Amino acid sequence: MTDVSVKMDAPFEQSLLDRSPVPTIGKEIARIDGPRKVSGAARYAAEHFPDGVVHGVLLRAPVGCGRITAVDATAALAMPGVLAVIRDERMIRNAGDFGGDAAPVQGVDEVAYFGQPIGLVVADSLERARAASLCVRVSFESAPGVFDMMAARDSALPPTDDIFGLFLIHTEQGDVERAAGEAKFLVDTIWETPSQNHAAMEPHASVAIWQEGRLTLHGSYQSPVVTRDQLATVMGLPPSQVRVLSPFVGGGFGGKLGVMPEAVAAAIAAQQLGRPVKVVMSRQQVFETTGRRPMTHQRVRLGANRDGRLTLVQHETITDQLEGEVFFEPAGLATHLLYAGENRMVDHKVVRTNKQLAVSMRAPGEAVGLLTLECAMDELAERLGLDPIELRLLNEPETHPEMDVPFSSRALVDCFRQGAARFGWETRNTRPGQMRDGDWLIGQGVAAAARGNLFGPSRVRATIQGDGRVLVETEMTDIGTGTYTILAQIAADLLGMPLEQVEVRLGDTNDPRSAGSGGSWGATTSGSALYAACAELRARLAAAAGVPVEAVTLANGVLTAPGISRPISELVGNGLSVEGATEPGESNQRFNQTSYGAHFCEVRVHAVTGEVRVLRWTSVFAAGRILNLQTAISQAIGGVVFGIGGALTEELVHDPRTGKIVNRDLGEYHVPAHADIPAIDIQFLEERDPVANPLHAKGVGELGVCGAGAAVANAVYNATGVRVRQFPITLDKLLPGLPPVAG
Amino acid sequence: MIAFDYIRPADETAALHAATERPGARFIAGGTNLLDLMKLGIERPRYLVDIGALDLREVTETSEGGLRIGALVTNAALAAHPLVRQRYPVLSQAILAGASGQLRNKATTGGNLLQRTRCYFFYDPASPCNKREPGAGCSAIGGFNRIMAILGTSAHCIASHPSDMAVAMRALDARVETRLPDGQTSSRTLEALYRLPGETPHVDHRLAPGELITAVVLPPPPAGRQSYRKVRDRASYAFALVSVAAVVSMREGRITEATLAFGGVGTMPWRNRKAEALLIGQAPSAALFERCADAVLAEATGHGGNDFKIPLLRRTLVASLAKLTGGEP
Ligand SMILES: Cc1cc2nc3c(=O)[nH]c(=O)nc-3n(C[C@H](O)[C@H](O)[C@H](O)COP(=O)(O)OP(=O)(O)OC[C@H]3O[C@@H](n4cnc5c(N)ncnc54)[C@H](O)[C@@H]3O)c2cc1C
Ligand code: SF4
Repeated sequence: MTDVSVKMDAPFEQSLLDRSPVPTIGKEIARIDGPRKVSGAARYAAEHFPDGVVHGVLLRAPVGCGRITAVDATAALAMPGVLAVIRDERMIRNAGDFGGDAAPVQGVDEVAYFGQPIGLVVADSLERARAASLCVRVSFESAPGVFDMMAARDSALPPTDDIFGLFLIHTEQGDVERAAGEAKFLVDTIWETPSQNHAAMEPHASVAIWQEGRLTLHGSYQSPVVTRDQLATVMGLPPSQVRVLSPFVGGGFGGKLGVMPEAVAAAIAAQQLGRPVKVVMSRQQVFETTGRRPMTHQRVRLGANRDGRLTLVQHETITDQLEGEVFFEPAGLATHLLYAGENRMVDHKVVRTNKQLAVSMRAPGEAVGLLTLECAMDELAERLGLDPIELRLLNEPETHPEMDVPFSSRALVDCFRQGAARFGWETRNTRPGQMRDGDWLIGQGVAAAARGNLFGPSRVRATIQGDGRVLVETEMTDIGTGTYTILAQIAADLLGMPLEQVEVRLGDTNDPRSAGSGGSWGATTSGSALYAACAELRARLAAAAGVPVEAVTLANGVLTAPGISRPISELVGNGLSVEGATEPGESNQRFNQTSYGAHFCEVRVHAVTGEVRVLRWTSVFAAGRILNLQTAISQAIGGVVFGIGGALTEELVHDPRTGKIVNRDLGEYHVPAHADIPAIDIQFLEERDPVANPLHAKGVGELGVCGAGAAVANAVYNATGVRVRQFPITLDKLLPGLPPVAG
Repeated sequence: MIAFDYIRPADETAALHAATERPGARFIAGGTNLLDLMKLGIERPRYLVDIGALDLREVTETSEGGLRIGALVTNAALAAHPLVRQRYPVLSQAILAGASGQLRNKATTGGNLLQRTRCYFFYDPASPCNKREPGAGCSAIGGFNRIMAILGTSAHCIASHPSDMAVAMRALDARVETRLPDGQTSSRTLEALYRLPGETPHVDHRLAPGELITAVVLPPPPAGRQSYRKVRDRASYAFALVSVAAVVSMREGRITEATLAFGGVGTMPWRNRKAEALLIGQAPSAALFERCADAVLAEATGHGGNDFKIPLLRRTLVASLAKLTGGEP
């Protein structure tokens, strides 16, 4: 069905985006779905109310490891409005993987983590279902579980799967032990980062509807098609019998990738009861059962010569995951390529724990890996008596330091230089703990950002309708990132249409399959597939007008070429439709493709109490062509806020005695509040990356979080002279190192 | 939420009648605490008596020169009240340091006083908790207890009292006025309102069933300077790790009056009169403030995760006293 595709085997030198006469690409364009969102016209999953819909509430396992032996629903079933208490062997233990159609572990008796869904209570209202869920009596046998990863570190083993080769489990070159012995300057540090929750604003929700043996699911998913395929496997249906719709998603961050327990439970209940069933997770359930960024224990060892050149780069990570699950936190991802240095080792190991599934969370790998690497670099710079930026410039590699490939584009040095000027790095405090403003200690910190750019298969259909309006359709989602807007911009620019004439439809598995939203690849892959479709449409318009495509200009709905000017709508008959696709090619192997940036942060730390407040922020990024400055800045700011939260406040605590999450609401799991975030200054450098894709753009969505926390941590160190290696940096950890209180 | 009946009486007499007419009745004001607990199945009232229609929304001056604050005055209205801001800035500051704008618009004076602890384990029916289920055990002891109390704890419960407003009121010697079901009125200090957990942590306060808080009465404003300092994990929307409400007046270089109350550290809004007395008649000095802190912390016990509250309270108290007795206004 695909008509045209782009395969990235070689650089794509000429992008049509550079030739549109009335460009919208690169501009600050407000999101086109904004009015629908603020007026409530955009319907999120839970806002669907099909006729006869009833409500389900998931039952939670009250034990961290063991077996459910009996479930007594008598009292619950006797309550008003209660329709069923369903325990079905097809129900799933946890979310599905981020790709593939395999079913997650199924069953409702074996318990692998506290809060695991073990059934569904259905009633005619949410309130009644919730009340009944409180009255179901669950008996269990508990088994000894592993709830404390740090205590179980000795049992760590290499991960079983390298996730399509994307997560390198172990790499080594040179002789790290010898290099450590010979290094003139050595930093050997141990770090801990906690579990975190994505805490997207919209909780996970599904509405399942059966009609004539076919299942339709309104759900909150980043990749509806992966959800569909997994749901189909779980339900024993061919994928063609299942349709998943996620046109609007209130944030995902990796927490809504595979199929979730609530979707399966809704589908089973709707099948059993013969009416639509809605299951919306409570915030507590989101914390307990959807997924988390796993905790990590990281060793970072850096060695350098007297001149500041790195001789040793070593990064070993231990992380945790449920038995049998493949994902692990690849904290060493950016360590492979950020700095030069001859002797290198990156390693990952996994401890199997009884905690809810560990999944991708915004910049899996870099988010916590750069947090530690970039702090260790700061420590090394101090040891060497070098400016931290200077140290990084000294170790800028020419080519990938571990693989013999060039970088497709790499403007890290420029990011540092321009950021330093913008932020006023020159006037910073150079001696830790020496800058004070009344009760506050002031400090500045810097860190690098890097996030791999990925390219995968994606498909988009573009149609110029008989009336000249353009329709763009793909299963791709907009999870708050701006997909609606940038796809409309690409179509508008390439087809010479005003933006208002372009309609974008997303998130429906009936439409061409995309790579979904995740890994910062959404915009570039779906955008490139749309590019391919539009390029083909341009050729067909030229043919219809009888002119060579190179001679054609499309603008304001009109095709012009020497001697000819025709409204586009006259050239399309009843409509022209083309499906474009992307295929990854050899460029992925022949080049390293990474987006870069530099963060600059000023904090104040209260000298009496240790409270940390971020005062000032500048980040400069280079991520290829920026498709929409406004949505890109929003993504960058959101990433930085994630970084600040990771550095200072966010910690998902599991009770080491039971495996139960202690702080399972937004009152006690602390994402930053508005008052924690200063104005954030973002700059994108002008850059084009022809290796990456026809758009010349690289990923933006996760770049902001990479390294941001390290800039905060380095600023806190600079302010106080206290280095905290257990994140988050809460005030209790700073207190012992603060100056005495003057009476 | 377990099914319940609901009534919204028009006046106090009807409300008092409703609250005693059936077992398991509970008043509901702003509902910002009670409803959350009901959704989780922790509170299971059979009968909700909504006091929202009662005439308890006024702030008036008393003949003694103090203020009477109706039990239904919202936290937002109270913090913004001109007389509160002028005469009792410690109270205004404390309220504004709590919760969020939306919550303060809904939360009431009476409800704030009787809000229940934020102990994580209290909030999860799957965790043993003596406050929720007497005799079940305390999950916070030996568990993650970063936010728990260091003063007034018992072997049965170490939960801290969460209110900011009540801490300032305790420093201001506020009295809580109530009406009993038989129509009698009573007036008590905050010290007499709350209970220490002891062996019965499930009983937070000393109000009789069906007893309605009608007002909080503040005595005439104290002389001297006032301040509320709240230390928390993020800049807003977090409960106090430690807070210090202080009212201190000085004459000729010596402290003449001092009241101090503490939040985040006690199983009730905390006060220590011995520590206050140490300050009276003395010239301010670091050594004096440290002695005062010694007295406050004499019986403090950490439980591992909250040990840091001991130095944090000391430092915050010393700094607050230094500020209030220092040269700058
Ligand atoms: C996320 C979050 C953060 C918060 N942060 C803070 C904070 O930082 N600092 C802080 O101090 N508070 C904080 N709060 C708590 C908030 O202040 C309280 O929820 C609020 O004050 C309760 O008032 P209400 O009127 O809503 O009480 P309700 O929920 O209506 O009632 C609470 C209790 O008081 C009883 N009651 C109410 N009125 C009367 C009366 N007149 N007589 C007798 N009994 C009565 C009810 O029966 C119930 O038991 C926070 C709350 C939330 C949800
Ligand atoms: S501290 Fe008190 S409220 Fe918390 S678990 Fe223990 S008994 Fe329950």
